Amino acid sequence: MTATANDASTFEAPGLDWRRQIRFSAIGALSCAFIALAGMPVGLDRRSIVYPVLSLGYLSLFWVPFVLASLAGSQVVLEGMGERERDTRDLAAGALVGLGSALGLVGLMILVKNFNLRDPLVNWSPQLLELLSFNRSTTLGMLLWVVLGTTLGLLGGAMHVVPAMVRAKILTVVLSVLIVSVLQTFLTDLLEGFRLEVFTDFIYYKRGGLEILGALLVAVLAIAIPLLVAGRIKGLRARVQKMPPDERSRVNLVLLGVGAALLLVLPFFLGKIANELLANVGLFVLLALGLNIVVGLAGILDLGYVAFFAVGGYTTAVLTSPNSPGFSPELPWPVALIVVVVLTGLVGLFIGAPVIRMRGDYLAIVTLGFGEIIRLLFLSDWLSGWFGGAQGITNIPGVDVGIGTVKGTDPRSVFLLVLVFCGIAIYVSWRLEHSRLGRAWMAIREDEDVAEAMGVNTTSTKLMAFVVGAVLASFSGAIFSAKVGSIFPTSFIMLVSIIILVVVIVGGMGNIAGVIVGAVVLIGVLGGPKQPGLLQELGQFKLLIYGALLVWMMLKRPEGLVPNVRRSRELHQEEFLQDAWLKGEIDEEDPS
Amino acid sequence: MPLLELRGINTHYGAVHILKDVDLAIFPGELVCLLGGNASGKSTTLKTLLGMVTPTTGDVVLDGEIVTHHSTSYRVERGVTMVPENRRLFKRLSVKENLELGAYLRTDRDGIANDLERVFEMFPRVKERLNQKSGTLSGGEQQMVAVGRALMSDPRVLLMDEPSMGLAPALVQTNFELIQQIHEEGVAIFIVEQNANMALSIADRGWVLQTGKVVLDDSAEALLANPELRASYLGESGSV
Ligand SMILES: Nc1ncnc2c1ncn2[C@@H]1O[C@H](COP(=O)(O)OP(=O)(O)OP(=O)(O)O)[C@@H](O)[C@H]1O
Ligand SMILES: [Mg+2]
Repeated sequence: MTATANDASTFEAPGLDWRRQIRFSAIGALSCAFIALAGMPVGLDRRSIVYPVLSLGYLSLFWVPFVLASLAGSQVVLEGMGERERDTRDLAAGALVGLGSALGLVGLMILVKNFNLRDPLVNWSPQLLELLSFNRSTTLGMLLWVVLGTTLGLLGGAMHVVPAMVRAKILTVVLSVLIVSVLQTFLTDLLEGFRLEVFTDFIYYKRGGLEILGALLVAVLAIAIPLLVAGRIKGLRARVQKMPPDERSRVNLVLLGVGAALLLVLPFFLGKIANELLANVGLFVLLALGLNIVVGLAGILDLGYVAFFAVGGYTTAVLTSPNSPGFSPELPWPVALIVVVVLTGLVGLFIGAPVIRMRGDYLAIVTLGFGEIIRLLFLSDWLSGWFGGAQGITNIPGVDVGIGTVKGTDPRSVFLLVLVFCGIAIYVSWRLEHSRLGRAWMAIREDEDVAEAMGVNTTSTKLMAFVVGAVLASFSGAIFSAKVGSIFPTSFIMLVSIIILVVVIVGGMGNIAGVIVGAVVLIGVLGGPKQPGLLQELGQFKLLIYGALLVWMMLKRPEGLVPNVRRSRELHQEEFLQDAWLKGEIDEEDPS
Repeated sequence: MPLLELRGINTHYGAVHILKDVDLAIFPGELVCLLGGNASGKSTTLKTLLGMVTPTTGDVVLDGEIVTHHSTSYRVERGVTMVPENRRLFKRLSVKENLELGAYLRTDRDGIANDLERVFEMFPRVKERLNQKSGTLSGGEQQMVAVGRALMSDPRVLLMDEPSMGLAPALVQTNFELIQQIHEEGVAIFIVEQNANMALSIADRGWVLQTGKVVLDDSAEALLANPELRASYLGESGSV
């Protein structure tokens, strides 16, 4: 197999697949119409990306023809197959997909103009028509869409025609402008900390989005900065690569230390808003790392993970708040934390014991039930003497750390505390993953019976996963409690479990770095179940986007956003092919 | 004294009676086989030996100690290992991780390193594919890893469930030679097979299981010559 790998192409690449293009046109048309009817263009029109030419609302449509056209044109190059020469037909194909997508909107505009379906479809409105017509006449609007869609599709198709270098540059520019625009609140806050407001004042429009000149500046920087530093970074990389392994690991350790130190000083340069945002992100990083152990490593699909977050939060509240209705020892937070960890660990055992006897879908359903039961217990009248029922527990004090108090009104201190606990959680996760226990978890995830046959005590090993996951969630709950100062059952709805699960899946199950990136990107940009993210305007569409992302990830990248270093090293092109080859055979052999 | 023994085993799945008064004994260094048709209870016997299924009555005896209610890990620690039916590798883990999991209960680092070398010697291909995801290996390679994984526990008795199932005819022969090779190193082997001719040609003794009952218990030669067995099991092709 390796011998043939470098041979000249042995068979010709298939030509442009027009049916695929037509299929993608249809997908584009449907996506555009769906997004429009979901209300995204109108709902998100207020937020600019580049003021005044591009709003988030229009962007919610514009990406469709471009991305679909370039997806439609992508082609897997197989071993022994020459890559197809790209030519103007690819442009035509892209334009076709773009046109198809636009026609979806044109069709919708005709329907909206002539019929009234406002009753079932709330967004079937004159505003939608107005927006889709670019505030001009409907006919002109339709014409504009045809032109715009075709152009964007053409550009998408052109991505395959231009040299790879140019493509990379274009993508860098587009993504940089988008990212910088989305990061507005954060960057403004950060640069203010360095007294560099001039820069953000220049590039940003006050009420959201980049100014045109600002966007241009970002584009120029996006091209210039890599040109300036790329060579140097490459040189450094090569030097590190040449080092002997132990020296290399020392360099990595130093880099890690520097990174950690930078993170620890970061809060001091950030204002309230950014610190608040990152504190929320950190709480979810903790939760995601915990669930990652349960779902990602041990393969136990726990849909009620919020239960442990709730137990951590409520226990902290009861133990520290003077307003705790039943038992109110008013312990200092660090002391309470010890009790919280032990207690949540015990709850983990208690819920885990019956649950781990089950497998697969049954287990998922039962955990879902337990998650709700715990919330309902906190809500119940029966236990309201302890937990305050719907009134919750208020007046939870902050964390006294000697030099000051960590409390919600000072997001910087919260973020610092969260950072420390994230550090602990990352270290614990990492050590566990590479431990004997971690290996046993993975074995159980892959094949429980065989793991048992290898001598793994599956019961206690799975219980351990539950307990470790529970403890990490309790950290998050304890900090959350001290941060918000009062907690209610509504903070612990099922949606929290689902969002954490999406974060883990999108980031990459079983992949620590991936899960962190997933939490930072998703919670940071979209926001948590109740917490706003950078794109606050998304509001009602948050869950739609979470859902769409989940579906797309499961279909296209089940291994998650960030490829696992270890895994990707194994997955060379060769093995991918073998994978496809063998799939049939393996599936046949093993029906389980 | 037998290394591993079943005494009057009755096993039920739910209310269904699967194994009926099964007695068998494996002595140290022996190569024995258990023959039987589909659903006769062969895999169940093997799982009972390893403790993945608990019998309703009867005893499993390991080194003279009754281990009926001891865990699988207790038995693995004492030298019982299995190569499961269909190999069942940990597909998304690398070959290396699969092998390491075979040595899960061991703590003697030097011994593990030694055994790893031994596996590489036996299967040079496994060494080449060490970092590959085991699910992407070819059928033959998977068999090597499955056997290697079992050997990593440094077993005294290896329980193999239909080792030739799903292998190309050419590989079946190699596979049996390999089993003999492992046997020659002093490991007792218990093969569960439908490929009766092949199994009996290398085994010392054998049992025939029919709907959960041991109907024949004899030396391999005697079984090969047994007219009853010839008629019902060996047939023309030599397999059930
Ligand atoms: N977990 C289980 N629950 C219920 N019945 C089972 C279970 N496992 C096996 N059985 C039944 O027990 C009987 C014996 O199964 P076993 O797997 O031991 O057969 P086998 O001899 O190994 O067959 P084959 O040669 O097809 O592998 C079969 O009828 C099977 O359906
Ligand atoms: Mg079987």
